[in-house]
Amino acid sequence: MSRSLKMHPFYQLMKVRVLEFIRQPEAIFWVYVFPLIMVVALGLAFRSEPVESMAVDIQEGPAAETIKESLETDPRFRVQISNEQEARRRLRVGKAELIVVAGESAESKYRYLYDPTRPGSLLARNATDDVLQRAAGREDVIATSDTEVRDPGSRYIDFLIPGLIGMGLMGGGMWGVGFAIVDMRIRQLLKRFLGTPMKKNHFLAAMMCSRLLFTIPEIVVLLVFSRLIFGVQNQGCYGIVGLLVILGGFEFAGIGLLVASRAKTLEAVSGLMNLVMVPMWIGSGIFFSPDRFPDFVQPFIKLLPLTPLISALRRVMLEGVGLSALGTESSIILGWGLVTFLIALRTFRWD
Amino acid sequence: MPYAIECRDLRKTYPGKPPVEAVRGVDLLVEEGECFGVLGPNGAGKTTTIEILEGLLTATSGEARVLGHRWSTDGDAIRQQIGISLQETRLSEKLTVLETLTLFRSFYRDGITPEAAIKRVSLEEKADSWIKNLSGGQKQRVAVATALIGDPKLLFLDEPTTGLDPQSRRELWGIITEFRSNGGTILITTHYMDEAERLCDRVAIFDHGRILKLDTPRNLIAGLGADHMIDFQVRTKDNHSLPDEYGADLPGVSAARMDAENHCLSVAEPHIVIPALLSKLQGDGLVLTSLTTRQATLEDVFVHLTGRHLDDEEVEP
Repeated sequence: MSRSLKMHPFYQLMKVRVLEFIRQPEAIFWVYVFPLIMVVALGLAFRSEPVESMAVDIQEGPAAETIKESLETDPRFRVQISNEQEARRRLRVGKAELIVVAGESAESKYRYLYDPTRPGSLLARNATDDVLQRAAGREDVIATSDTEVRDPGSRYIDFLIPGLIGMGLMGGGMWGVGFAIVDMRIRQLLKRFLGTPMKKNHFLAAMMCSRLLFTIPEIVVLLVFSRLIFGVQNQGCYGIVGLLVILGGFEFAGIGLLVASRAKTLEAVSGLMNLVMVPMWIGSGIFFSPDRFPDFVQPFIKLLPLTPLISALRRVMLEGVGLSALGTESSIILGWGLVTFLIALRTFRWD
Repeated sequence: MPYAIECRDLRKTYPGKPPVEAVRGVDLLVEEGECFGVLGPNGAGKTTTIEILEGLLTATSGEARVLGHRWSTDGDAIRQQIGISLQETRLSEKLTVLETLTLFRSFYRDGITPEAAIKRVSLEEKADSWIKNLSGGQKQRVAVATALIGDPKLLFLDEPTTGLDPQSRRELWGIITEFRSNGGTILITTHYMDEAERLCDRVAIFDHGRILKLDTPRNLIAGLGADHMIDFQVRTKDNHSLPDEYGADLPGVSAARMDAENHCLSVAEPHIVIPALLSKLQGDGLVLTSLTTRQATLEDVFVHLTGRHLDDEEVEP
C-alpha cells in the first residue's frame, strides 16, 4: 500500500478501530459466538418434530376405566384418572392438556375441558374425540391418505435466521457505533481529536464503516453455520442479501450515531439504546411474525427501522424475490439511515 | 514583535440559574518563544481560558487570535500549528504507543515522524507496548507526544504534571524545556508554584475568572516587598493561641499570617528580624519550638493576593 494512502486519516481511523476490536476477546464473543449459540438453542427448542405425546386426564367416575382403555389403544396418549380437583390443577399448570368427563347428561356423553388457545390442548381434544367416536362405532365415510412434508424453508429455523441477521445489524450499529462513541466522549478522546486538524466526516465515516466491516464476517458465519448444521438455504440471490446487509448496517449506524450524539454517560446511552431496541426486539419480527399483533399497531410496527429490514431479508431468503419487489422496504431503511445520520451530524457534541 | 496569543476582554458565561461566569474579562499577550504560565486554584477559569484559545470552546464575548489567525475564520490553519494536551484524556488502552502516534500524525499536513515523537519523550523502549501497560507518567508523555507530532509552533499544556510523581514531573519539565529551546511557544496551566517558577518566563495568576497579577515569577515575588519568609511555631504556657498577626509590629516585617500551625512573616532582611523576634517571644514568655527561613515563592504571592492557598478548592461565590 502506498505511503500516502496508509497515512490517510480515514485509513488510520479505520485501522485503529479494527485493532481495538480484535484485541477485545469479549467483543469477539458477543459479535461472532453469541449469535451461533442462539441459533443452536432456538433451533433445538423449536425443532419441527411430530407431537410425541398428549397428557389426558379422565375425571373419576363409572365410565373412567372404559375411556382409559379406549384411549390407550393409541400410544400417543398418556392417560391418568384423577379426581376433579386434581385434574383441574394439572390442566391449570400445563401437566395435562385435556380433561375428559364422562356421562353427565343424556345429550352429551363426554365433556372436554381444555384451553382453546393452547395448540397442544386443541390437538389433544380432537385426537381424543376421534378415538372415542370410533370406539363408539363411527365409520369413516371417505378414504384419505397422508404425505409428510418437511422441506427446508418452511421450518422455524429458516424463519429465524433472517431475524437474527437483522438483530445482529441492529446490535452492531447501536453498540459498535453508539456505545463506542459515548465511551470516547467520556474519555475526552473526542475533545482531543477536535483539537487536531482531523476532519469530522473522516471520523464519523470511519466509525460507521469499521462497524460494517465487523458485521460482514458475523453474517457470513451465521449463514454458513446455519446451513451446515440445520440445512438453512437461501432461496434468493446472495448479492441482494449482501446489499440489504449494507443498507441495514448503514441504517443502524445512523441510529447509533444519533443515540450517541449527546449522551455524556454510559448509563444515559444504555437507557436510550434500550428505549430504541426493545420495541424492535418485540415488534419487528425477529422471533415471531409481527402479523400476530393487532391491526391498529401494524402501521407503527411497519415503520420501525428493523421491521422492513427483516421482512425484506425473509422475502429474499424464504421466497426468493428479486430486488424490484423490495422498493418499499429499501426506501424505509434508507430513509431511516439518512434522516438519523443528518440529525446526528447537526446535534453531535464533541465534549 | 508578533504575538503567539492575543486576546482582549475574553469572557465565557455558562447559561444556567444563576449563570456561571467562568471567565470574566481576560487580556493576554503571549510573545513568540515565550513559556507563559497560568497559575491559579481549581475553578479559577484556567481551563476555560485555555480551551477557548485551543478552539475547543467558543467565547461568549471578546476576541482571541492565535498565531495571527482568528478561530472563527482560520480554524484549520491554527489547528495545523498547535499541539494540545488536555487535563484528562484517556487514550485507547489497547493501541500501542506507535499506533496512537501514527493515528495522530495522519491528521496533520506537516509534522515529525511517530518514531521521532517517541524519541522526544524518551519512550523508545515502549513504542510497541499497549497504552494500558504504561505508568501514569509514561501515559502523560505519550499525551505530550501527540501534541508534538504536528511539529507545532505553539504548545498548550493543561496541568500536564498533576498527579505525577516527582521523577515523572522532572522528565516532563525536560521535554517542555527542550521544546522551548528550539523556539517553540508554550502556554501551560498549573497549580504547582514550583513548576511555574521553574519553567515560565511570565506568569498570570488567575482567580475567579480574572487575572489578578501578571509578571515574571521574580517580579511577582519581589512585589511582596519582602522575598524571605520566616516560619515559626511556639508553645504557650496555658495553650491559648496567639493572634494570627503576631509579629507584624516588628520592624522589617511587611506581613504576618498563620499557615496551619506556622506563623509566617514576610521580611526583606531575616538577619535583622530574627533577633528582634526572639527577644519579643522571650518578653512574652513564649517558648519557640521551631523556626525556619526560606525564599518566598509564588504560593506566598498567591496567598498574599487572595488569602487562600493554590490547592484550596474554589468555593463558588
